[in-house]
Amino acid sequence: MNDLTPDREERSAGLKGLGCSRKRVEDARFTQGKGNYVDDVKLPGMLHGDFVRSPYAHARVVSVNKDAALALDGVVAVLTAEDLAPLNLHWMPTLAGDKQMVLADGKVLFQGQEVAFVVARDRYVAADAVELVEVEYEELPVITDPFESLKSDVVLREDLAGQTEGPHGPRKHHNHIFTWEQGDETATNQVLDDAEVVATESMYYHRTHPCPLETCGSVASMDKVNGKLTLWGTFQAPHVVRTVASLLSGIEEHNIRVISPDIGGGFGNKVGVYPGYVCSIVASIVTGQPVKWVEDRMENLMSTAFARDYWMTGKIAATKDGKITGLHCHVTADHGGFDACADPTKFPAGFMNICTGSYDIPVAYLGVDGVYTNKAPGGVSYRCSFRVTEAVYFIERMIEVLAIELDMDAAELRRINFIKKEQFPYQSALGWEYDSGDYHTAWDKALKTVDYEGLRKEQADRVEAFKRGETRKLMGVGLSFFTEIVGAGPVKNCDILGMGMFDSCEIRIHPTGSAIARLGTISQGQGHATTFAQILASEIGISADNIAIEEGDTDTAPYGLGTYGSRSTPVAGAAAAMAGRKIRAKAQMIAAYLLEVHDDDVEFDVDRFAVKGAPERFKTMKDIAYAAYNQAIPGIEPGLEAVSYYDPPNMTYPFGAYVCVMDIDVDTGVPEIRRFYALDDCGTRINPMIIEGQVHGGLTEALAVALGQEISYDKMGNVKTGTLMDFFLPTAWEVPNYETDHTVTPSPHHPIGAKGVGESPHVGGVPCFSNAVQDAFRAFGLRHTNMPHDHWRIWQTANDLGLHE
Amino acid sequence: MIPAAFDYYRPKDVEGVIALLQEHGDDARVMAGGHSLIPMMKLRMAEVPHLIDLQDIAALKGITIDGDTITIGAMVTQHELINHDGLSAAAPILSEAALQIADPQVRYMGTVGGNIANGDPGNDMPGLMQCLDAQIELLGPEGTRKVAAREYYEAAYMTDREDDEVLISVRFAAPTGGYSYEKQKRKIGDYATAAAAVQITKAEGRVATASIAMTNLSDVPVWSEDAGDALVGTTCDAEAMKAAVAAMLGDIDPTEDNRGPVAFKRHVAGIILTRAITRAWDRA
Repeated sequence: MNDLTPDREERSAGLKGLGCSRKRVEDARFTQGKGNYVDDVKLPGMLHGDFVRSPYAHARVVSVNKDAALALDGVVAVLTAEDLAPLNLHWMPTLAGDKQMVLADGKVLFQGQEVAFVVARDRYVAADAVELVEVEYEELPVITDPFESLKSDVVLREDLAGQTEGPHGPRKHHNHIFTWEQGDETATNQVLDDAEVVATESMYYHRTHPCPLETCGSVASMDKVNGKLTLWGTFQAPHVVRTVASLLSGIEEHNIRVISPDIGGGFGNKVGVYPGYVCSIVASIVTGQPVKWVEDRMENLMSTAFARDYWMTGKIAATKDGKITGLHCHVTADHGGFDACADPTKFPAGFMNICTGSYDIPVAYLGVDGVYTNKAPGGVSYRCSFRVTEAVYFIERMIEVLAIELDMDAAELRRINFIKKEQFPYQSALGWEYDSGDYHTAWDKALKTVDYEGLRKEQADRVEAFKRGETRKLMGVGLSFFTEIVGAGPVKNCDILGMGMFDSCEIRIHPTGSAIARLGTISQGQGHATTFAQILASEIGISADNIAIEEGDTDTAPYGLGTYGSRSTPVAGAAAAMAGRKIRAKAQMIAAYLLEVHDDDVEFDVDRFAVKGAPERFKTMKDIAYAAYNQAIPGIEPGLEAVSYYDPPNMTYPFGAYVCVMDIDVDTGVPEIRRFYALDDCGTRINPMIIEGQVHGGLTEALAVALGQEISYDKMGNVKTGTLMDFFLPTAWEVPNYETDHTVTPSPHHPIGAKGVGESPHVGGVPCFSNAVQDAFRAFGLRHTNMPHDHWRIWQTANDLGLHE
Repeated sequence: MIPAAFDYYRPKDVEGVIALLQEHGDDARVMAGGHSLIPMMKLRMAEVPHLIDLQDIAALKGITIDGDTITIGAMVTQHELINHDGLSAAAPILSEAALQIADPQVRYMGTVGGNIANGDPGNDMPGLMQCLDAQIELLGPEGTRKVAAREYYEAAYMTDREDDEVLISVRFAAPTGGYSYEKQKRKIGDYATAAAAVQITKAEGRVATASIAMTNLSDVPVWSEDAGDALVGTTCDAEAMKAAVAAMLGDIDPTEDNRGPVAFKRHVAGIILTRAITRAWDRA
């Protein structure tokens, strides 16, 4: 770029394209309260739905008496499974190949399960009527532990009784869902048997919840005159919802319009299909009036989309000097009452098989057993690609445990096992092809920046001071190095309910040289309208300020698989670049015609095509756009628009190096984060400011999960953390200052070299915070303790180690 | 989170409140800042057919410092406690405590009266008022009466206040000596895992008087006379503090919840109290 004349630099800056920290165009409306969310949709004659939910975690539904509710003025209908059965909508398919009750069909399997749907003229009347629906339950034995479930005589899913074959292979027990195996177990066991050193550890990655600020909801409007159903909803994948709605309802797909308006955070919570969506649709079809359903916070926490809940056991083999030779991982996955995990079809445990992490591990095995329990269904990817937080937490804990076993520095252990730069593209033992990476450079930069050796010395001094009774605070240095795997497809590997995971962009250049682009994704706060315009600006030479971005309306946007698993930039961003290149190709022909030279004699120059060797002879994109519509050009049809459906050849593999320095009050269990350093490599950086914002957000959700956020149940299956009093959602007060940094290792297969980033900080952050807590106690013999590290559990760790004596 | 229907009243004076309370009896509740009552109504755990909002009653507002007597109106917000110049000088423990209640948005709305009257074991003001030996002024059909804060709390959400009475103010002598309000909580907006209010006076290098109360470690706030007595006459050395902690641990009765098991809470109670005493003594 050194040869840019000032003029070109100026023109380039004016585009606000790649690399520009352009302010988010969305924020004008969001910061002024002018967003338009599902609950803002208000239609004439709109009715309101509300659920009667089960107070029991496992019970037979003996009877439902609607009379008192129906007698209440303003109540229009009370729907139960019996009412939905004739339409065959009392059950619905889940994304994981299972089926789920829309309304309780004879029994309930988790506390908060939907039993009846009340429809009323007023939201308050609906809530009153919910209290008037009399449901008689007969309590059944409750199972909240997956290990107990696999031994129990109690059949949770009576609808599956006798079925020994599930969508993902054989079922070993009536409460077993699937076994998923990757890698070579025989070879792995051989390596473990022969190894000089083996470290073994079991860990529980607790159940938590994405908890977006906006809860889930929908507004269904069935127009009986034209037969068209319009559905507004909190959908991270609106096009998939349209297809599923069509398949379920029998309404032809062209008669369904799905709109995801502004979405107040998704983090995986809004990928799934929920009974509320189905009930609002059915109620609108039945009543002929629009029906709104919006869940409240407690409903959100207790019934829609939990995350994690993995019981993981690892064995890692190494030589005495720390070279890892093999990895064995087994997971018992608690999926709750229905298997509603949001994963690509062929991956019932998501991309858990990225659990070899950033390390060159020659042999590995992963086995996952999915199990039913009396807990809410879900299993979504909470700010991560499918199950990648679990995988990275697992390997980053195993590394720490191995370091303890070897009495070795954990940073050095990582360094000697990293996949080397020259090994990329790297084939992992569990089947992935890592596209690009330079882990050593990132690691060295991170350790140097935080003065790692200095920290270790300080920590050792602190331990001595503690032993001398001079302080009651210990110091932890948390390390993590992660590799994310984001951007699903490709279609040949990844689909959801049979729908291939490509994505799309359609762009139209207007005659005056501005543009509109529509994509198959949907922003939930990621700033797509800002960043996609920047990708296009650099590709087509029109300022990002003059490119409108639209998503989320299936009547206008091209079909796409939506936004989750950091796939927007890797897939739809690639589609945008490819569509932009199609525009540019046609623009080149038009420019050549206008400049009266051969196509090959013009070249693209920031915002124009100029004659090679004669840069003073040029046509700007603005000139070209006008000509495209208004000048008859022989052999070229009018107009300037393009569409690209992009099936990625591979996923992208962003990575990063994180360090957390923490002080822990041994007596109260209170952790204090002194420093958090996050180096992210997401390839080409489109908008550094947005990346930084994403990193802050992901780290904050990582802090939450590591230090206290959980969905916990008592033995009766009651949700103990169903409000924000007990469910930890950090505020600015609990969050430290984050230091962000980066290296740039472009993706070799992505059109602009970009990788996903929004979820990396969560994936890398959770083990980093957790490792910091655990590292503080390493000198006192701690090997592993489970998250969440809230005050009492940290205190308990100290207590168990005898530090209160 | 949708409350049942209720009638809403906004009287201009306390007489109007009393009249409504007499008329509706159990079916009426007064509301100050609303931070406890409204969530309970939204959860339908509190049924309040008649809701009486106190915010228009000027007589319930204001902080008065008259010589060494401090009177705080029931509708004074926590924000006002923090930002009142005279009060910060006369009773600095109030702003120290109020700053540890939730976040600024809550403190703009949350009131002293609501916090004291409700009888929620998690609230900070009850323990603090016991530490300060405040008198709670209640107005009912028969006029006003005073109850010592140390006598006011009977059980969780059960107090000495009758259904037709309104808490109108609290009054206490301006404390002297050193003070401290120490609180451990999981996050902003949470109730205390353990909190301690301590006032200590010093004479000739020894503790002259000590008043100690703790919060959220029993179904009522716990003012421990024995804990205070354990310090009096000592130099507030480690042994004295240990004795004070032991006395307090004899008086509290925490229960297990999501904040942690009983053993943890008792341990933290001791740590928090030790820190509070240390700081109050340093300031004495």
